[in-house]
Amino acid sequence: MSHDYRRIAKDGLWDNNIIFAQALGLCPLLAVTGTASNGLGMGLASMVVLIASGMIISLVRGVITPQVRIPVFVLIIAVLVTLVDMVMNAWVHDLHKILGLFIPLIVTNCAILGRAESFASRNPILPSLFDGLMMGIGFTLVMVVLGGAREILGSGTLFANASLLLGSWASILELELIPDYKGFLLIILPPGGFLVLGFILAGKRLIDRKLAAIAAERAEQELALTQN
Amino acid sequence: MSDAQPFSAPYIHAPTSVTRTMSLVMIALVPATLFGLYQYGWPAIFLFIITLTTAVVAEGISLRIAGKPIRPFLFDGSALLTGWLLALTLPPWAPWWIAVVGALLAIIVGKQIFGGLGQNLFNPAMVARVALLISFPLEMTLFTSPLPLGSASAPGMIEGLLITLGLGTTPDAITSATILGHFQTELGRGVSVDQIATTTDSIWQLSWGSISGSMGETSALLLLAGGLFLLWQRIITWHIPLAMLSTLFLSAALFHWLDPTHYISPLTHLLSGAAILGAFFIATDLVTSPVSIRGQIVFGIGCGLLTFIIRTWASYPEGVAFAVMLMNSLTPLLDHYLKPRVYGRDRKGVPIQYGEQEENR
Repeated sequence: MSHDYRRIAKDGLWDNNIIFAQALGLCPLLAVTGTASNGLGMGLASMVVLIASGMIISLVRGVITPQVRIPVFVLIIAVLVTLVDMVMNAWVHDLHKILGLFIPLIVTNCAILGRAESFASRNPILPSLFDGLMMGIGFTLVMVVLGGAREILGSGTLFANASLLLGSWASILELELIPDYKGFLLIILPPGGFLVLGFILAGKRLIDRKLAAIAAERAEQELALTQN
Repeated sequence: MSDAQPFSAPYIHAPTSVTRTMSLVMIALVPATLFGLYQYGWPAIFLFIITLTTAVVAEGISLRIAGKPIRPFLFDGSALLTGWLLALTLPPWAPWWIAVVGALLAIIVGKQIFGGLGQNLFNPAMVARVALLISFPLEMTLFTSPLPLGSASAPGMIEGLLITLGLGTTPDAITSATILGHFQTELGRGVSVDQIATTTDSIWQLSWGSISGSMGETSALLLLAGGLFLLWQRIITWHIPLAMLSTLFLSAALFHWLDPTHYISPLTHLLSGAAILGAFFIATDLVTSPVSIRGQIVFGIGCGLLTFIIRTWASYPEGVAFAVMLMNSLTPLLDHYLKPRVYGRDRKGVPIQYGEQEENR
């Protein structure tokens, strides 16, 4: 049984992206994406849980009966999230202080249960692991883009506090784009998250439409060529 | 389905159009606007022009992106009116970017995202005003005392332009709190209403509008005249303004009567802030208020009550914008539950049988 890894990658990163297409996991998305660094931290934490849960659930998929699958999935995910929470508390303590409340809430992120249910419980280990990785990268990318957009508009900086997450070298990433910026509070507050997410989703659909138009045009040209 | 025959001609043609409605509302706003511009001088004039221009440009760009015909929609006056109403609720000496951000929020986020004129859930001008107030509390609450054009201390044209561009310095001496803001600060310090009232402007000043406040909402009398003009022209009906103002007046009167040392007098409530502007020009927005008469009355009562509650117990001194937006969000519900009765049917939609009318009632 062969698995189309290109398809899995494309699904995770773009076509079936957790945020873009499935609109899952909006609670952490809106809550922590006030800055790009917070988005990156949250995205990475979720990615680790996605990969590990995909792998473990795929391993035990043969012994879980359909009747008990949901509680088992939730237990596995909860154990992993607890581990991630403790690890972050130990090694990136300052970032953990900022994200603290939302890390345990990864358990309730329906995107993770959704991947467990729709992919990991039906596929072998390697594809499940790869699916978790791609979904996680897709989720993290959107978190960083959204966090970056909100941070630039809302506080005029980019990657503020990145050194908390990535170590002291990352302080070169911390930019102050607009000096003396007074701050646009609405964008930092949850309503701003919804607004910016809406514009990003609109942008994604616009790109999709352009791509579809280009593909249709190319198909037409090829058809014309074969007819000649 | 109904077996009623379609009516045959002749029909009566009503000469209403979006453009006519918008123009009449703008005509009604002219006296209060001119008074505001005169009273706050050149900075207010520049801010007014910037707000209206940005609103119209944003509308044009949005229409172009949406692929809609630009000419009919852009020149129906709706974007101009939205910008106008927003400008009237801004502090007159606010910097230019407040006007630009506000107009962009009003037109793009408040109106065009929902699909343009007639589709928006919230009043676009109020969306922008609330968003600005939450985002930039400092700039949005910095009011100036009236300095009429031509008076000695009023800024000249160049100086006014500098103030709007944020380059000139606003002397602290001429900034001053609004009546409601003043009451809230002083009440918070434990001063009683009677004592505060001796330091505020007289009722006559409040009604005429020579007080500090937003650009076009200070002159209660001129706004009332505009509102009555709209009633006379049948652009609006009396239900929303009367319900809103009387609810505000009665609830304020009740609490003022119970405890005159802690609650502001009802007349001050009516004449200060955005009460009159809100009741006649903003709550009556045809798009975002209920269709049925009963719905409009409930809507007006809600607006008045919420305005009083927010002014009295919330942390913001003025609550008209919040009240109108909250009631806007209830409008679909009001329209659903308070439908007008279809002619020949009872409220549940069951046809009325001849000879049974007495029982049905």
